[in-house]
Order: sequence, then C-alpha cells, then structure tokens
Amino acid sequence: MSSALVLTGLLLHAVSGIPGWVFRGYRDGGQRLSVWLAGAGSVLGIIGCLAALWHPPPSGPFLRIDGLAVVFLLPVFLIPALGAIYGTAYWRQNDHPGNGCRLRLFFGLMTAAMGGVTVACHAMVFLVAWEIMALSGFFLITTEDEDRVARAAGLLYLIVTHIGTLCLFAWFALFHLLTGSFALEPIADGIASPAMLTVLFWLAVVAFGCKAGIMPLHIWLPGAHATAPSHVSALMSGVLIKIGVYGLVRALSWLPGVPPLWWAGVLLALGAVSGVVGVVLALGQHDLKRLLAYHSIENIGIIVMGLGIAVAGRTLHQPVLLVLGLAGALLHVWNHALFKALLFLSAGSAIHATHTREIDRLGGLARAMPWTAFSFALGAVAICGLPPLNGFVSEWLVYLGAFHALGIGQAKSWVVAALAAPILALIGGLAVACFVKAFGVVFLGEGRSPEVCGAREAGLLMVGPMLVLVFFCVLIGVAPIVVVPVLDAGIRAWALGEPELVSLSSLARLGWISLGALALLALCGLLGAGLYRRIRCGGVVRSVTWDCGYAAPTSRMQYTASSFAQILGSVFAWVQRSQWRKPGTMPVFPDKTRFRGHILDVVLDTTVKPAFRSAVRFLSSLRFLQAGNIHAYLFYIVAFLIVLLLWKGAA
Amino acid sequence: MQTWVDAVLVLVLLLNFMALSAGRLRTLIRAVTVQGVLLGLLLALARGKWELTVLVMAGATVILKGMVIPRMLFHAVREVVIHRETEPVFGLMASMLLGASGTVMALLFSGTLPVVHGNIGSLVAPAALSTVLAGFLILMTRREAIAQVVGYLILENGVFVFGLLLMEAIPFLIELGVLLDLFVAIFVMGIIIHKISREYSSVSTRMLSELKE
Repeated sequence: MSSALVLTGLLLHAVSGIPGWVFRGYRDGGQRLSVWLAGAGSVLGIIGCLAALWHPPPSGPFLRIDGLAVVFLLPVFLIPALGAIYGTAYWRQNDHPGNGCRLRLFFGLMTAAMGGVTVACHAMVFLVAWEIMALSGFFLITTEDEDRVARAAGLLYLIVTHIGTLCLFAWFALFHLLTGSFALEPIADGIASPAMLTVLFWLAVVAFGCKAGIMPLHIWLPGAHATAPSHVSALMSGVLIKIGVYGLVRALSWLPGVPPLWWAGVLLALGAVSGVVGVVLALGQHDLKRLLAYHSIENIGIIVMGLGIAVAGRTLHQPVLLVLGLAGALLHVWNHALFKALLFLSAGSAIHATHTREIDRLGGLARAMPWTAFSFALGAVAICGLPPLNGFVSEWLVYLGAFHALGIGQAKSWVVAALAAPILALIGGLAVACFVKAFGVVFLGEGRSPEVCGAREAGLLMVGPMLVLVFFCVLIGVAPIVVVPVLDAGIRAWALGEPELVSLSSLARLGWISLGALALLALCGLLGAGLYRRIRCGGVVRSVTWDCGYAAPTSRMQYTASSFAQILGSVFAWVQRSQWRKPGTMPVFPDKTRFRGHILDVVLDTTVKPAFRSAVRFLSSLRFLQAGNIHAYLFYIVAFLIVLLLWKGAA
Repeated sequence: MQTWVDAVLVLVLLLNFMALSAGRLRTLIRAVTVQGVLLGLLLALARGKWELTVLVMAGATVILKGMVIPRMLFHAVREVVIHRETEPVFGLMASMLLGASGTVMALLFSGTLPVVHGNIGSLVAPAALSTVLAGFLILMTRREAIAQVVGYLILENGVFVFGLLLMEAIPFLIELGVLLDLFVAIFVMGIIIHKISREYSSVSTRMLSELKE
C-alpha cells in the first residue's frame, strides 16, 4: 500500500510536465495542470512515506522503501512541489513560451528520477534512474540555452556528472563481481579483500562526491546553480546534491565488515575542506546565487563530517558516536534542503523583482519586499546554525558526536573530535559573516541602482512556498522531537548489523532544545516589541549616514559586499584567490574609472582550467602531424613499417 | 626451377625501378603491366607442377593484371587525364635512390626475418619487401591520381610475391578472392577518378587536403 502510494506520487511527478506540451495553446492551463499533478504526487508520496515508516512494506526485487529511503524521499516530495508552485509565478508560461514547457517536463522528470534512485534496490534500476536524473539536470541548467554562460555551465555539469557515472559503473561491476548479483544488499563478510574494499570506497567517494559537490569535485556546482532558474536552483541545491549524499551513505552501508579508521578520516577531511573552503569562497562572491551555491558546498561538508563521525563510531564500536554522527548528517540533509530552498526561492524573488543577481547593485529591498526579506533572514539564521532554528539542531548533533568522541578516551577518537569540532565552529562563524554581508547589502540600506527602486513584493504564489519552508524550519528548530522517529528508522536501516543501537531521543536532550528555543523566541519577541515602540514613540528622522564629507553623496557610496568581505578575504587569501582590476594612479582631476574584482574558484580556475590549457598547448604542437595530406599519412605508415622491420630484423 | 624463379624475381625488381623512374603515366602503366604478366608466370614456375588450379590462377592473374587492368588505366589516361605526367613530389632520381636503398635494406634484413623459405629460393622475401616499399614510394611521392592507382597495384604485387611463400597454406579460393578484390578496387578507383575529373577538372591529389579538421 505505502509503496504503491510512493510510486504513484513519483509517477505523477514524472508526467507532470506533459500537460504543458498538450495544452500549449491555452494560456496558463497546462501550467496549472502541471502544478496540480505535482502537488497531488507530493501529497500521495508523503502519505506513502509516513505509512512506510509505521508499516515497512516488503521489499520487491527492484524497489525497497526502508527507513533511509524515507529520510531522503521526504525532501524529494516536499521541495519540488513547492518549487513547481513557485515556478508558475517565477517562470510563467506566457513570459517564457520558448522554454517553459521544457523546464516543467524535466523538472518533473528529475523529481521522479531522484525518487527512483532512493527506492531502487537493483543496480540497473539505480543506474537508469541516476542517469535520467543527471540528464534532466543538464536540461534544467541549460533552460536559457541562448545564453553562452548557461551552455558552458551545462557542459561542465555534463562532464562532471559523467565522470561520476563512469565510477558508478565500475562500482556496480565490482559489486557484481563480488556478490554475483545486481541486487543491492550489503556485501557478505569475508568475500572482499581489503584492497578491493579500498577501491570500492574511493569509487563511491568520487562517484557520489561528484553529484554531492564535495570539495575537489564541486566544480560544476556554482555555475550550474547560478545560471539555472531559481526554483531549479532550489531543487538542485536542496535535493539533487542530497541524492549524491544518499548514494554515499548507502554505499557505505553496503560495504561489509568494520570500516578502517582512515575511511572516517578521509570523510572528515573532505568534509572539513568542503566546509571551510566553501564558506570562504562564498564570502567573496558578488553574485547572490553563486554565493548560495558555495554555501551548498559548505553544508555538504558538514553532512560529510557527520557521516565521517558515524563511520568512526562503527569502527570504534561506539554506537553512540554512530547514532549522533549519522543523525546529525541526515537531519542536516533535511535542514539544508529546507533552508537552502528557502534561500534560493527568496533570492529568486528578489532577482525576479530587480532582474539582477549582482549583490552590489541591490540594496534596501526589505522595505519594498518585506515577506521576501523576512524569509531570507530566517533562512540565513537557519543556515548559520543559530538557535532557535533547524540548522542549529543538526549541527548540535554533530557537535555532540565530536565531543562524545573526546570522552571515549582512545587516542584515535581524539583525532575525530579535533578535526570536527573546531572546524564546525569556524564554518559557523564564517557563515554568519557571509550572511550578514548578503542580507545587509541586499535588503538593508538604500537601493544602489534604478532597478531596485521599482521592485515590488512577489505574489502569493511565490511567497506562499517560502512561508511553508519557513514553517518547517521553525518546526524542526523548536520541536526537533517530531523528526526523531524518522531519523531512528534511517539509522537502523543504515547500520543493519549493529546490535546495540540506541534511540536518538535518549542521547540528545531534544526537549531542552525546545525549551531553549521557545525562550529565545520569546526574548526576541520582547526585544523586537520594545525596539518597535521606541522607534514609534521617539520621532525617527530619515537622513543619510555619515558621508565622509562628500558634497554629493549617492547611494552607490554605501558599504559594498566586496568591501565587507575584504578583511576576511585577506585572512584567507591562500584559498580565496582573487583578480582585481584597480584604477592606477590618477591625475589631479580624475576621469571616470572602473574597479572590478573577481574571486577565482580554487579548483576550477586555478587547477583544472590551467591544466587543460597547458594540455591543449602541448597537444596543439603536435597538430602539424594532422596535415590533411594523403602522402604524409602514407609516409607515417611506411615509417612505422620500416621501424617494425628494423626492430624485428635486429632482434 | 629455382634459377628461373630467381631470374623472374630479378626482372620484377628491375621493373620496380622502371616504375620509380617513370616520368610519364604511360611508361608507368607499361611497367606494371609487364610486372603483372611476370607474376602470373612466377606463380606457375614456383609451383613446379602443372596442376589445373595453378594454371587457372596463373591465367587469371595474367589476364587481370596484364590485360584488363592496364586497359582500364590506359583508357583513363586517354579519357580523363589532362596532365600525362606523374607529378612527382620530389625528383625521379631521388625516388630511384630511395627505392634502391629500400631494396638493399630488404636484402639485408630479410635473412633475419622469421620466414620459411622452402624450396623456391631465398630471393622471394626481399623481392616482396622491396616491391611493397616501391609501391609505397610511388603512393607517397606521386600526386597524379592514376599514378597512385599504379602505386597501389605495385604494392599489391609485392604482397602477391610474398604469397608465394605461403602457397601451400593459402587455399585456391582465397587467392581468387584476393584477385577479385583487387579488380573491384581498381574498378572503383577508375570510376571515382572519372567522376572527380568531371567535377573538378583535375585529379591531382594535391587538392585533397581539405579533409583535415
């Protein structure tokens, strides 16, 4: 029953794009029908998931809905439905007659394929769903395929995703070699040699890391998220990259025996690098959506660190460590899906109103778009991991895991704690700085360009989905106890062989979080009310801030995003490489001049691209061989024959 | 019998040089015609016995290589080709010298090659190798399309000579099949050359360099 509901939901999503093609002539009819289909699919799917949680359905030969699948299925059903509703206003069919139909078709198809990946328990089903998902992603990124930047981003995505798929093929081939079947079950103990397990581990890290955007493999992510329409970015950042995490989590549960400690070390190190470098690069961005994209990399880092702690718990036979780490990782998967979708949707609403993604061209939007500003602010607080919102809960679980590792009293476990806790703190601090910058420059102050002045608040179709996400962010933040049953089921499905698993609620005092969160909310409410009354009563005068004595101040003289990030950027100059084009020395009466800054991606721009450029340079020096002259080709054959003859004759 | 085989092989080698030094298309075609007839003779001599199959093979070779193909080539020269010279990339003397050094090399190295000589003389392998090389040299250094076809024919003649070593091993049908292949190849080349010259009024392969990326 429950699996039928889930599958029907996925099927409805898969076909939700088709009415758009059929009823192309009717203005918005096809679009509306698409949304109804997607919404119905999501409602059915979520009901099916919850039913599967209470009464786990029997697993078939191809499909299985266990606890772990449910954990990842819930965001797969929630976010796309909200994105589809938002899309009817953000990407109206009438405004985009050329690509609106295609966008909705692949939007639904990708949703269904992501669900298919999570419920597949046969390698072929898994791979087919995986490829449909990956290719739909390509078409979504290149929605505006007349734009050169979008095409380049799509191509890069296609290359990276196929590197991942190649590793996945190798993974399943080795899996079949070991088990003799394509049914995805944990490999039995003692079949695989340690070397084979090492290969499988690295293949899984690369294959799923490409999709998840773990640091050295993240190169497709910023460009793709920035160029796609905002609700697609929300879907990709919120759900698609989580499917990469799902793959990694699943693959680790299929590998047999006690994992060696260095696996945990690798995961923790990768997570730490993704987290820190991601947030540092985000700090320097001046494109709002690129900034959010780098924060996705950061959050994936946190999730992978939680997973690393869980693997360490398995290695050291510490179920508490396992439960805390995995619960933190899985809950952060949800939380990131919620608040990153919220951030992308609210950023999209601002972009929709102003037609620019440049942070330094925006400003003062809070007055014109209060609901959008509220949503963005709430998402920002959540992503920084501050109480009383949901980001805090999951990061707190990872912290608890790290501190618990200290208490175990083995030298090995201290490494875990030493890696995890300080890095998490650093990430949190930098994220706060980054979102103070983003929110402050975009929503506060004065508008920096004429586009901003005409901005209007988005309609209910766009604000509604954001408020739903706000509700869930607050719900998980204030009452985390509601998610415990799902997380427990997910953990049980992951650690099948572990005998002494404990429930999450007995490890973490989630009730106290609720109390603290409520107290904090009350305090905020009191403070806000007090402030409001003071502003109301003591006549506020509007004027410019201190303008350094300039005779004619303009709104462009406000503190910019680049200047805000400069000091922190200079501290992290070793990773945040930037290109500045500054005006030189000026004469007494200076002319108009320009200043331009650009942050380079530490992997794509400073490693991958130069490597390929030098490869092209070297290889094009061999181009003369390809002369296009038939006599030259014949000469190569003869020369080769003579060489063979001499070689054989001399031997 | 072996002395006869060796004598014919020496003639084949000399014809290679004649082809290499030919400046006119007609001379070139004549050289390859005589070579074709000699090959038919060689087939009969090398076998030593006058069996029916051998006679059929030799006859087919003589008819095809000595009569049909040359007639097609002469026809092409008469109908199609405006330039009746071979258009060598570099001088005829240079290609002669290259051919000569190729032959010397073939004579030097064929002794060390792992080839069973049997009872038909030790000149077969070097003659085959140097004929193949000569064919390649003509293919490489002549721009005229018909000269290229002749180069291909000489190359094939070299392979044919090599086949003498394996005469015991290769069945009759395969030999005939190879001959048929050759005939079809030359036929197609003739048609293509005809078409090319009709379209572009030139069959010099110098014009065929647009295919590179």
